Amino acid sequence: MSLAVQPAAAPAPRPPVEASGLRATLSHARHVVGDNPVTGFAFGLLLLLVACAILGPWIAPYDPLASDTSAALAPPSLAHPFGTDQLGRDILSRVIVAARLDLAIAVFSVILVFAAGGLAGVAAGFYGGWTDRIVGRVADTIMAFPLFVLAMGIVAALGNTVTNIVIATAIINFPLYARLARAEAAVRRNAGFVQAARLTGNTDARILLTSILPNIMPLMAVQMSLTMGYAILNAAGLSFIGLGVRPPTPEWGIMVAEGASFIVSGEWWIALFPGLALMLAVFCFNLIGDGLRDIVDPQRRT
Amino acid sequence: MLRILVDRLLTTLPALAGVVVVCFLLTRVLPGDTAAYFAGPAATPQAIEQIRKELGLDRPVPEQFGRYVTELARGDLGQSLTTGQPVLADLKSRLPASAELTLFGLVLALVVALPLGILAAVKQGSLADHLCRIVATAGVSLPVFFTGLLLVYLFYFVLGWSPAPLGRLDSFASAPPTLTGFYLLDSLAAGEVETFRSALAQIALPGLTLAIFALAPIARITRASMLAVLGADFVRTARAAGLSGRKVVITYAFRNAVLPVVTTLGMVFSFLLGANVLVEKVFAWPGVGSYAVEALIASDYAPVQGFVLAMAILYIVLNLLIDLAYGLIDPRVGSAAA
Repeated sequence: MSLAVQPAAAPAPRPPVEASGLRATLSHARHVVGDNPVTGFAFGLLLLLVACAILGPWIAPYDPLASDTSAALAPPSLAHPFGTDQLGRDILSRVIVAARLDLAIAVFSVILVFAAGGLAGVAAGFYGGWTDRIVGRVADTIMAFPLFVLAMGIVAALGNTVTNIVIATAIINFPLYARLARAEAAVRRNAGFVQAARLTGNTDARILLTSILPNIMPLMAVQMSLTMGYAILNAAGLSFIGLGVRPPTPEWGIMVAEGASFIVSGEWWIALFPGLALMLAVFCFNLIGDGLRDIVDPQRRT
Repeated sequence: MLRILVDRLLTTLPALAGVVVVCFLLTRVLPGDTAAYFAGPAATPQAIEQIRKELGLDRPVPEQFGRYVTELARGDLGQSLTTGQPVLADLKSRLPASAELTLFGLVLALVVALPLGILAAVKQGSLADHLCRIVATAGVSLPVFFTGLLLVYLFYFVLGWSPAPLGRLDSFASAPPTLTGFYLLDSLAAGEVETFRSALAQIALPGLTLAIFALAPIARITRASMLAVLGADFVRTARAAGLSGRKVVITYAFRNAVLPVVTTLGMVFSFLLGANVLVEKVFAWPGVGSYAVEALIASDYAPVQGFVLAMAILYIVLNLLIDLAYGLIDPRVGSAAA
């Protein structure tokens, strides 16, 4: 906590305070990574994922949509390290290219819910009263549903598109963000630096954006990393049951679904590799989230 | 106790109201024109207008909402276009299959996760502790449909131990006389050992898939909550008084550590009811989840909406039960509320 409050110290000595705070954070980060090499591994994995997402079409050895029926259902070999599917498409290429769509769905839904949930929660915690009650009621109502089921219902109702998967994933994560932001903002509502900001004539909006929001950013960042994994899982689950992404678009969830019918006849590679990619991506974000939490909020470590 | 029950029931009302409003909204934002959709592709504009009137879609929204609530109160969730049955009847006939699977998975998860979490907390840094950490991290990262497929490949295709992942019974067995709707219990009650064996073989893999999924949060919270309790003064006192380690851990520590675990069960149920849909699809399990998925693929919306509403109500009821269990486990909670 003390770390988070520091940037709000008096303006004059601010640069040195921030620098030492930053240095402390960095050395703490180094300590955590050194103590927990797993986090370092997770960051390496993240780099790989991001590289696939950005460079996907260029590093994929084959065209992910090109079918070659003469090489259909070929097991992993040197030419096709992950094998080919029922249409002879190269699975390695499809797994690499799919990274962009899967990560994009997760990133956009997390940004969306961060903006909506974060702002609503901060406002609820800061103002209390009716704002708080309305935001709380909305969050409670969403939480009254089993979340994946609600996401199914939303996508079914809004229409079967990728955009709606993003929206549905954002909606089911709304309570997490709103509650976290609300709790953190409520604690700081009457903190010294907020009162100081108010006394010097800042508007509420300015106090929210420049005094309160920056202070809860570290915790929100942890939350974002943790929900990234969940968002990927959720989106893949929706496309697994046939929502959102349509074939032949490469996407991990739908690729696992396509491979599902071949599992019983022993063609394991069609479902396995996209499934592994999915698992590693989620694993990576969960590990990073845990690592970040250890840095930001060591007390919550379990 | 009765008063607590009534109080608790009252606290579920806002959630229930919220669920009904959201479900109503979901039915009214159907892609495109709802009336045109119900009229079918070959309908004339007059027919569409007719259906719009019949469905009450030309009425103001509050009136439509009133109508929706009255229909709900009568148990009318609409008709499924694919099965031609009322949605409520479909859901009712398929719910036992889903409930049996979910409970089977949950019990399996509890049987493994509780001892694992306790062991991990009692013997920190031991093999059990590391196992617990791996399970907790891997379990939340594994997509449940992927776990299911891996298990099918391993136990059906490679080892041949398990029957084909198609439904609740193999094709030669017939369903036991209905008592609870749970094939495992019904077959035992009827004394049909063969049927029981068949049902158990079919439910083992999907149940295991759900259990692996539910294992992680339960093991994690058991470990954390046991750690907190084991550091408490009364545990130190009990140890100082010379009580056996077993008695201290089970009777003193675990009883106090179980409340956070029960709270987590609420979240676990939320996950399980969602994961159920995916697992049912993988194993062709004839439950409400696969019913909703089939309807979704056929663009048959009434069953999907009925499913969402039914799951939400079920989830509210489960949370209510968890709240009540809370009072039973920890008498202080009940007396504080009264």
